[in-house]
Amino acid sequence: MKLEIKDAPGQLVAALKPISEVGGNIIAVIHQRDDKQRGKMLSVQIVLELPDHRMKDLTRLLREQGVNIQRIGHERLLYQKAVMMIGHLIHTDLGDTVDRIDRTGFAEVTELNISMPAITEVSSARLLIKSVNKEDMEQAMDILRRVAKEKDFLLVEPLEEVE
Amino acid sequence: MKVAILGMGSVGKGVLRMLGEKDLGIDVTAVADSKSALIDKNGISIADILRVKQKSGFCGDRSLGALDVVKKADYDVLVEVTPTNAITGEPALTHILEAIDRGHDIVTSNKGPISREFSLLMSKAREKGVQIRYEATVGGAIPIMHTLDQGLAGNRILAIFGVLNGTCNFILTRMADEGLTYEQALLEAREMGYAEADPTYDVKGIDPAIKLVILANKFWKETVRLEDVDITGINKLTNNALRLAEEQHCTIRLIAEAIPGRGILRVAPRLLPITHPLVVEGTLNAITIETDMAGEITLIGKGAGSVETASAILGDLLCIRDIHEGSHPETA
Repeated sequence: MKLEIKDAPGQLVAALKPISEVGGNIIAVIHQRDDKQRGKMLSVQIVLELPDHRMKDLTRLLREQGVNIQRIGHERLLYQKAVMMIGHLIHTDLGDTVDRIDRTGFAEVTELNISMPAITEVSSARLLIKSVNKEDMEQAMDILRRVAKEKDFLLVEPLEEVE
Repeated sequence: MKVAILGMGSVGKGVLRMLGEKDLGIDVTAVADSKSALIDKNGISIADILRVKQKSGFCGDRSLGALDVVKKADYDVLVEVTPTNAITGEPALTHILEAIDRGHDIVTSNKGPISREFSLLMSKAREKGVQIRYEATVGGAIPIMHTLDQGLAGNRILAIFGVLNGTCNFILTRMADEGLTYEQALLEAREMGYAEADPTYDVKGIDPAIKLVILANKFWKETVRLEDVDITGINKLTNNALRLAEEQHCTIRLIAEAIPGRGILRVAPRLLPITHPLVVEGTLNAITIETDMAGEITLIGKGAGSVETASAILGDLLCIRDIHEGSHPETA
């Protein structure tokens, strides 16, 4: 997210404090001093990890600190799962398969590795799916399972621990 | 203790050989194969019977059969190690029910009756006050049933995950290690004697599903049937898929899983990190048990083989003897 803070001592710390208060993890702080900028405001870009659904709390806390939020970038999808698909993936419209996940809005395919040995043979693909949280991932997997059944390809899911 | 042994295939011969080699105080008073039987209440010479079987293909009198042994022989425990019929469970089911009816204990490696008629067999056994032990039905030499019965007694079992089919595991290992195609690896498994002429039961995941049913009946509920298991085999896997998995430090194994809390009974190829304890090589089997007290326990061992299966059978026989001598906690 991109924040605008007063260019005065202690202001950056004040802007970062709410992040730890909501349980967030700061990955990077990019801090640019631009002489052409109007007034005494400073632009700061922060890359951070947040627990599920804490974004609202963070924006409220930041505003309370007098920090102006210029822009909130993409929510990063922190939950990820690699799956394999084996079958006639191209002939069953791989683009559509990927799109069924992407158009949910809560999960997306961020990597696709595919091996296509010959036209008549089946293809094998590894997909990396990301979502904001585990529930969204489970929904995305349900969609993928349905698509696999419908298009008759084999879906190989990771084995996960029982909680 | 006197035992009658039904079945003289690989398992039956292994049991006989080990009983012959080890001085365990167990006498064999009857044996039967698919075509003949031999009954002698004073005990049979194991060396003789193995020699006769080797030479003639028959173990005894061709006018006698397995059911004659069950009904007429003088024995304490029936060792039922005939080939599995997963659909009807027969003729083993009849052998076992008949022996229970006569008040005999049962030790079996036969997955048919145990997976199909678990609750019937258990209720009959309870009614007659006899033991049915079936360690050899799942995981070969791995003492999974003893672990669940004794070692983990008092624990709540949250889930069981297993590599329960050595043939599939061998095929997947060879595909991953050597880049063989599924067909090539299957052919190799056949040449090594790991796969049957008709490998359908193994590669389509039915054999591990039957074993999962037995496990689920044991630790979850006595009404689980094969039809309840969601089964996907390994026959559609490609070596390219294994290569793509390896790029992520993962591999693919056929995993049977039972998770009562989520109502899951499934056999399917799954992606696992190469370092996962269930990623075992070749024909090995592995079983992970998740429990409330003990946490996670993984057992790894040989899932098949004549002597390996005999190990499970002998363990059950000695357990039953201990129960009768009062030196072992009742576990039925």
